[in-house]
Amino acid sequence: MVNEQAIAARTASIKTKGQQKQQVACDTDSVAGAVSQRACVYSGARVVLNPITDAVHLVHGPIGCASYTWDIRGSLSSGSELYRNSFSTDLQEEDVIFGGEKKLVSSIDELVSKYQPELVFVYSTCIVGVIGDDLQAVCKAAEKKHNIRIIPVQSSGFAGNKSAGYRAACDALLKIMPNEGPVEQKGNTVNYLGDFNLAGEIWIIKDYLKRIGIEVNATFTGDSSYRTLQRAPQAALNIMQCAGSMAYLAQRMEDIYAIPYLRVSFLGLTDTAASLRSIAASFSDPMLAHRTEALIATETATINRQLEAYRTKFKGKKAAIFVGGGFKAISLIKQFRELNIEVVMIGTQTGKQEDYAVMQELVNDGTVILDDANPAELEKFMVEKGANILVGGVKERPLAYKLGVAFIDHNHDRKHPLSGFVGAVNFAQEVYSTLCSPVWHYV
Amino acid sequence: MDTNVHFRSATENPCKMCMPMGAILPFKGLENSMVLIHGSQGCSTYMRRHMAEHFNEPIDVASSSLNENGTIYGGEKNLKQGLDNLMQVYAPEVIGVLTTCLAETIGEDIDRITSQYLQERGLLKSLIVPVSTPGYGGSHAEGYWQAVKTIVSHLATATPKHSKLNVIIPDISPADIREIKRILAMMQLDYTLLPDYSTTLDRPLVKPYRKVPDGGTKIEDIMAMPGARATVQFGLTLEQNLSPGHYLAKEFGVPLYNLPIPIGVQNTDLFLQALQEISGVAVPAALQDERGRLLDAMVDSHKYNFQGRSVIFGEAELVYAVCQLCLENGVYPVTVATGSKNSPLAQLLQPKLTDVDHPVEFIHNADFVAILAHSMDANIAIGPSDGRYLTEKQGIPLVRLGFPIHDRVGGQRILSVGYAGSMMLLDQITNTLLAEKQRGYRQTMYDTFYRGADRLPDATLPNSGLRGERHEL
Repeated sequence: MVNEQAIAARTASIKTKGQQKQQVACDTDSVAGAVSQRACVYSGARVVLNPITDAVHLVHGPIGCASYTWDIRGSLSSGSELYRNSFSTDLQEEDVIFGGEKKLVSSIDELVSKYQPELVFVYSTCIVGVIGDDLQAVCKAAEKKHNIRIIPVQSSGFAGNKSAGYRAACDALLKIMPNEGPVEQKGNTVNYLGDFNLAGEIWIIKDYLKRIGIEVNATFTGDSSYRTLQRAPQAALNIMQCAGSMAYLAQRMEDIYAIPYLRVSFLGLTDTAASLRSIAASFSDPMLAHRTEALIATETATINRQLEAYRTKFKGKKAAIFVGGGFKAISLIKQFRELNIEVVMIGTQTGKQEDYAVMQELVNDGTVILDDANPAELEKFMVEKGANILVGGVKERPLAYKLGVAFIDHNHDRKHPLSGFVGAVNFAQEVYSTLCSPVWHYV
Repeated sequence: MDTNVHFRSATENPCKMCMPMGAILPFKGLENSMVLIHGSQGCSTYMRRHMAEHFNEPIDVASSSLNENGTIYGGEKNLKQGLDNLMQVYAPEVIGVLTTCLAETIGEDIDRITSQYLQERGLLKSLIVPVSTPGYGGSHAEGYWQAVKTIVSHLATATPKHSKLNVIIPDISPADIREIKRILAMMQLDYTLLPDYSTTLDRPLVKPYRKVPDGGTKIEDIMAMPGARATVQFGLTLEQNLSPGHYLAKEFGVPLYNLPIPIGVQNTDLFLQALQEISGVAVPAALQDERGRLLDAMVDSHKYNFQGRSVIFGEAELVYAVCQLCLENGVYPVTVATGSKNSPLAQLLQPKLTDVDHPVEFIHNADFVAILAHSMDANIAIGPSDGRYLTEKQGIPLVRLGFPIHDRVGGQRILSVGYAGSMMLLDQITNTLLAEKQRGYRQTMYDTFYRGADRLPDATLPNSGLRGERHEL
């Protein structure tokens, strides 16, 4: 008989709105044995940096870390395809005993001479620090030798959680830009932070901004290159979507280059329109607001009609959400509401206090809010709350299906955009294709 | 040529995964079991993700979630707490505890910690099988065998002789396992098949959902393996120190039939001969019919297949068996590659290449940059999904087989063993060659032979033409 009792150490991370006063505990270490859905520091760093298209991404460690991250994500490039390769020093037992620096040096030499990159990232993995390899020194010497940027990413897997990896990535990104500011900043330009150009999402947003009169200077990090990132300090404003991974970078850029930042989200109609308006309002040009309203009107006119049909079909359905970061979770609550669907369970892997405060505000009484959930909890609350659909990543999908629950792939592997107005329609279509599939009649 | 050295330092686009990944699979094939990976949180998550995509099943694997403290002062506390929580939620009968590069490098003694844990908690009926699987110690294939071997050596106990047969399998699909079991039943054999993830990783959709799926090899059956009449193991490429079959033979005197995976006529014949010898039962007519049908299919397709020049890559055991199928059908290999560092593939296959009139490259410790470099003359690739790199770079079509298959559905349902399975795999190979031919031949012939006045200038000819192909696809 399986004991269904929850793990005691998890209690503080789960709450039901309207029943407990305290906010959920978050941003803590995962509980051992709890089957957390989180990954590690390396994973966080890799997710953020990998979309930089013309860099050599070299993983210093045993093969697994490189193997599990080879070209599995849907970040698209308009230029180089170098980032789609998986490079590793593939450390062996003898390297662990005698040190891996020699292999790292010759790996860098080889890859630089073969691919001629201007930028190399060297990711550290769990054992690098333990075996005493000095990544910093190796990279510094290699930079000198090859006269290109070779940047160590301090991403030892155990040294924190995925958020620590985001921060390590941001530290690496800061090293690409000139280390002093302020830089002369151009008129109506923004950098777009926290979009990884999954299925071309950055291209969609860039086009919207262009139509309202704003030029995107650099993107972090989807479809970016060494050169575009270098000139990032020239933008007048940073707009930031995935705050979980980019808030630290935005803050640092404000400190160093005096570039203010603005949180945005292009998930769903409400957030897309609101974000475009607030971006336009950040500039003194009154024509921007004008063009923004025109764009929103044009784009929503057709879409609203399309969505209306779905709203009727979805009435009364309940959603569960378990995604990586807070911004996505928050936008999804609104996006489901646009479609007549109420959220009954919501959680993230790496959400912050302020994210959970917003979620708490937005959801109805009785909604379960949980941080760093595991399969047993997801199962329990989806069943208890009668969720009809789950939003999550690859690991959560089979669980939903086994429970007879529909599923939305809101992860980095997807091949269709969920951003902007077009993304809002895609999202509704995806909800329709999974919620209203005839297969559910038979199971 | 036998390329067994990496003349490069960096691995570019690996043809392997790490040891603990491979070691999860056998534990998923034990009844009422769970796995805990002793290391940082990411290891288990990456592996779960990879396996969930291939099997389309929930893959629950716990982690001891080692953090900085655990790394500096030892991970014992994390490991024990992890086991506590795991027991509470999943209540498994057996737990596999796997190490990682981190746990091994900081010198965690999991044998001591786990046995002490059971004593401290007074868990007399629970079993923990600790397996040493450092990420740098070999590929996932070695991890798989390390786990199977340790499960056997940890659980097997001297048992009076009984009539069961041990069947020990490498990483094959759940559909393959079901086919092996069907054949064993047809040969009227009672058996213990290890590891049996045919149901646990390919479960029927039934409610209510169970966290630990039904099915899997029973622990008491594994304990009794030393009393079996014989062991049939598909482990021809295995080093003896990783071979559970050799262990059972050496320690308990169980006769070992160490055979290739039954893919292809000859390999399946070997399997059935062994079963016939063990059971004394003649191969039934139904199976003989299946053999006859395979032969019929081979003859029907032989000319198409003889156009094939194959790249075969992946886990050594599967690569060997697929090579045999390809050699029988004239889909002669150009490149034979495995991510394992040491494998006897070249020695085993070299003598079988007498009919092959082109050189065959054997690559060990392979990555896809090396495989691609030796595959310029190939027109078909056979192996896991990562081989799509060969398709993208060189236009070589890929027949997906093995683990992982993450860009198509149904990896768990691919059947390729036995006469019937071999026939299905062969048809797939043939049809891939045919599709490739049909896709381009109108344009190729036009480009090569048409000399009419209206012939388009060479420079304007499209690289991959559309002449008529639209109708054929």
